Amino acid sequence: MDIDKKLVKKIANLSKINIEEKNVDKFAKELSNIISWVEKLNEVDTKNISPTTNPSDIKIPFRKDEIKDGKIKDKILKNAPEHKGGYFIVPKVIE
Amino acid sequence: MIDLKKINLEKAIELIKQKKISSKELVSFYLKEAEAKKELNAYIYLNSDNAIKLAEESDKRIANNNARPLEGIPIAIKDLFCTKDVLTTAASKILSNFKPAYESTVTQNLWDAGAILLGKTNLDEFAMGSSNETSFYGAALNPWSKNKKEYVPGGSSGGSASAVAGGIAIAATGTDTGGSIRQPASYCGIIGLKPTYGRCSRWGIVSFASSLDQAGPMTKTVNDAAIMLDVMAGHDKKDSTSANLEKTNFYNNLKINKKLKIGIPKQYKNDQLDKEILNFWELGKEFFKKNNCEIVEIDLPHTEYALATYYIISSAEASSNLARYDGIRYGFRKDSEEIINLYENTRSVGFGEEVKRRIMIGTYVLSAGYYDAYYLKAQKVRSKIINDFNQAFEKVDVIFTPTAPTDAFEKGTKIDDPIKMYLNDVFTVPISLAGLPAISVPIGLSKNDLPLGFQIIGKRFDEDSVLSAAKIIETNANFKKESD
Amino acid sequence: MTNLKDWETVIGLEVHAQIISKSKLFSSASTNFGSEPNTQVSLVDAAMPGMLPVINKDCIEQAIKTGVGLNAKINKFSVFDRKNYFYPDLPQGYQISQFSQPIVGEGYIEIDLKDGSSKKIGITRLHLEQDAGKSVHDIEPSKSYIDLNRSGIALMEIVSEPDIRSSEEAQEYVKKLRSILRYIGTCDGNMEEGSLRCDVNISIRKKKFQSRSLLGENILSELGTRCEIKNVNSIKSIGQAIDYEFRRQFDVINSGNEIIQETRLFDEKKGETRPMRSKEEAHDYRYFPDPDLPPLEIDEEWIDKIKKNLPELPDIKKENLINQYKISSYDAAILVSDKSNVEFFDKIITGNKKRNAKNVVNWIIGELFALLNKNNLDIKDSPIKAEELGELIDYIEDQTISGKIAKNVFDEMFKTKKRPKDIIEKKGLKQITDTGEIESLIDKVLNNNKDKVDEYKSGKEKLFGFFVGQVMQETKGTANPGIVNEILKKKLAN
Ligand SMILES: [Mg+2]
Ligand SMILES: [Zn+2]
Repeated sequence: MDIDKKLVKKIANLSKINIEEKNVDKFAKELSNIISWVEKLNEVDTKNISPTTNPSDIKIPFRKDEIKDGKIKDKILKNAPEHKGGYFIVPKVIE
Repeated sequence: MIDLKKINLEKAIELIKQKKISSKELVSFYLKEAEAKKELNAYIYLNSDNAIKLAEESDKRIANNNARPLEGIPIAIKDLFCTKDVLTTAASKILSNFKPAYESTVTQNLWDAGAILLGKTNLDEFAMGSSNETSFYGAALNPWSKNKKEYVPGGSSGGSASAVAGGIAIAATGTDTGGSIRQPASYCGIIGLKPTYGRCSRWGIVSFASSLDQAGPMTKTVNDAAIMLDVMAGHDKKDSTSANLEKTNFYNNLKINKKLKIGIPKQYKNDQLDKEILNFWELGKEFFKKNNCEIVEIDLPHTEYALATYYIISSAEASSNLARYDGIRYGFRKDSEEIINLYENTRSVGFGEEVKRRIMIGTYVLSAGYYDAYYLKAQKVRSKIINDFNQAFEKVDVIFTPTAPTDAFEKGTKIDDPIKMYLNDVFTVPISLAGLPAISVPIGLSKNDLPLGFQIIGKRFDEDSVLSAAKIIETNANFKKESD
Repeated sequence: MTNLKDWETVIGLEVHAQIISKSKLFSSASTNFGSEPNTQVSLVDAAMPGMLPVINKDCIEQAIKTGVGLNAKINKFSVFDRKNYFYPDLPQGYQISQFSQPIVGEGYIEIDLKDGSSKKIGITRLHLEQDAGKSVHDIEPSKSYIDLNRSGIALMEIVSEPDIRSSEEAQEYVKKLRSILRYIGTCDGNMEEGSLRCDVNISIRKKKFQSRSLLGENILSELGTRCEIKNVNSIKSIGQAIDYEFRRQFDVINSGNEIIQETRLFDEKKGETRPMRSKEEAHDYRYFPDPDLPPLEIDEEWIDKIKKNLPELPDIKKENLINQYKISSYDAAILVSDKSNVEFFDKIITGNKKRNAKNVVNWIIGELFALLNKNNLDIKDSPIKAEELGELIDYIEDQTISGKIAKNVFDEMFKTKKRPKDIIEKKGLKQITDTGEIESLIDKVLNNNKDKVDEYKSGKEKLFGFFVGQVMQETKGTANPGIVNEILKKKLAN
């Protein structure tokens, strides 16, 4: 699979990573190389094989419905690049 | 007079308990050594002021016979563990100003046992790399570098490996996603133990790939690794993938006279492997035989597919795990008039090249139209790799392989070729995919006079056998521990 | 030229229902509504590095309960997935949701329509997911403010089949769904506070019979291109948005253009839908199983226990009302549409066994609902309490007041929250039934209007009403009209 410039831009857009026009080609080539390399997996017969998401066989643990957290506004905001009146601040978002 | 340079963790614990050395002496020694060996670039942050204060408190506890298991012992922490009110960067510009309001479970376990934070060690950015060269803070150096040649310490836990090998930490923590504890341990000539997935809590460790990440110790000896893991491990209700098992006692269980069946996977003997590694492999088998262990050849038929599987899965998870670095709630922000630009500028400037590359690969393999061909396919191959190990472990207790295909390489020689770099992990990633415990133990020096490590892989949660086998190698190889 | 009447809407609804729970789906922070910004946020909710989700057992139980209430299949094995996208109030950069394997599978609910018919609407699925935070855009012109209090609250997304054909059906569907959720106590259904939010997927197509071929076979006309209208957050808006969108899509097609698949917003003030203005982002959510969470496994025993303890559902309650009180199916449907309605009714009817169910229903559905609607009040906040309305009904029954006076007393009760007894006494509204008193009043009226009496006697019989009116005026309407009529007739016959 060759990743062309258009696809690189789409992936970059989804990843929210800006790629300068002059670097798009370089990225396209690099990603294509890596993707061609991983296509080695096509050799493996995986018919009727179920996928593994996590190697552990742990049953999902349940939490009780209790309020034991929150009320740590200062801790939540302390590393924020911009905050005011208890809110995180970002440039205006248009819906 | 005790030569602090020569003592390991086990010995230090003993000497402190016997009040032959004080915590303050030990901590001061390591702080001084670390300052003196700045060229290793092993630390991103040294806890100079606080560590001394904490050592004084420890000394009081020792005086009052209130010492805890690791009382007063300075420990270096990979800068991927969140440490309360202490800079935690993941070696990335995007977290270069981040001071968490919380402490990771593993480091909290260490502090609860009396250990003291010595400093935060260097790593590949977000643990993505095998040479420590992707760090925003510059590469750490392998202490075995000599003759004006700069060798990488391996990665991603390169700073921790460099610190322990370079004598500027008595023990350190690392994290291993595809080999990030074992490969740098091998390159630097120390012990690196990746426990079973689920053994140590992941809570408070900056996530790279959730289904693979696992914390573990990096130490001078096998005994030290057991001591560290006993403290680091344990069930954590805050991590839904943490195993709910009884308190471990690896150190006390550690016996060299266990009769083990040792598996040698055919598929790991590939053509590219250097003759000297094959020789060390034979030597290792002799050590085992000498200890009444049986050598059994085994099959791990899907080994050659592990790397590709690993890069798809780890990148996919990373692309999602790293979406939270958006410049809104914490970390670096590149200001902008418009929210999408803010995201893109922040992330483009905040992340390094390798991280961006993996986010993009991960985004690609999960995206519409490609998911089945790449991500789902990799998850299925992962099942086959796990199955290979399950079958192998019906015949053997542990598996013995080289840790990495080569000794440490020179800085700058692989960084421009991602695939070449990825190949360093060829022997470690299958184990990560299967979530198995594995340790790297130094076996000798290469013709370049650099350490070489071998890996012992165990069944899930059978770190006991892994440690016992490692101890056999350690005892017989009698590896020269100091790099100078 | 194509005619609007030959077209129909095809509607599917996605309802996001906030689960009633103390703490969030994956963290122990409170779910309380209306707290100071960012005070109900844990490190997990703010997606701090290294934070991990741990699931709330009660939220799973609530989803199972709801699934049972929707006659749906509970999946014993389900998976949490990550839905990846960037938004300032989505701290993780992904929403934990369920994609290919939801906790609840197919089900249905039955809705009642105005024409007396009822219809089954299929439920495709119900899945668990986290809510996002809230962005406030109107504090400062160039900034948005982010509050994460809502971030991580448990939601059930309930997706219907595209079985809905009109705004009425859509409204009835949401009302019915809301009432089921309230009956079983899994969601408070409060649309103003955002506990129940609705996305409308709508397309239009020519009605079936229009595309019948010459051979008479039924050819189902294909589905048109659909639009998704986001966050339509009241029953009224759902109706308006659908009606508007039907017309708009029809006009687009009728003028020879094509519908563009897009996401639209409903403007409540203008009663219109409009395309979202945000920069068109490539939508590709890259769902994949969350590696931080093992799959969700539910055993049969748990499901059985929940089934056994499930409260009475509206459909069953409705049957019971019809059988026990002989009220109409239509009235019963309105009563059970809201658990609070039934509770109100039950309180009145059990407060005094002599009360007539039909009367009680008429007062609730007719008079009370009219005033509540006019004042935009929920029955739970009714100024007239059930016991008081019961008393009022009793006063009519025992002839203390007339039906007409009762209406005035009722209005007064609504306004002042006073008891009917106090109003009747204070205003002297007690009905005069004393024949002596009424007789003397009549004599007075007849004396004062001798000319009219003569006219009446000479044949102008419609003046009778005038005399009744005069007597009622004298008594401010409290004279028993039957007695007045009777005596007046007698006197005028002389
Ligand atoms: Mg929707
Ligand atoms: Zn949803």
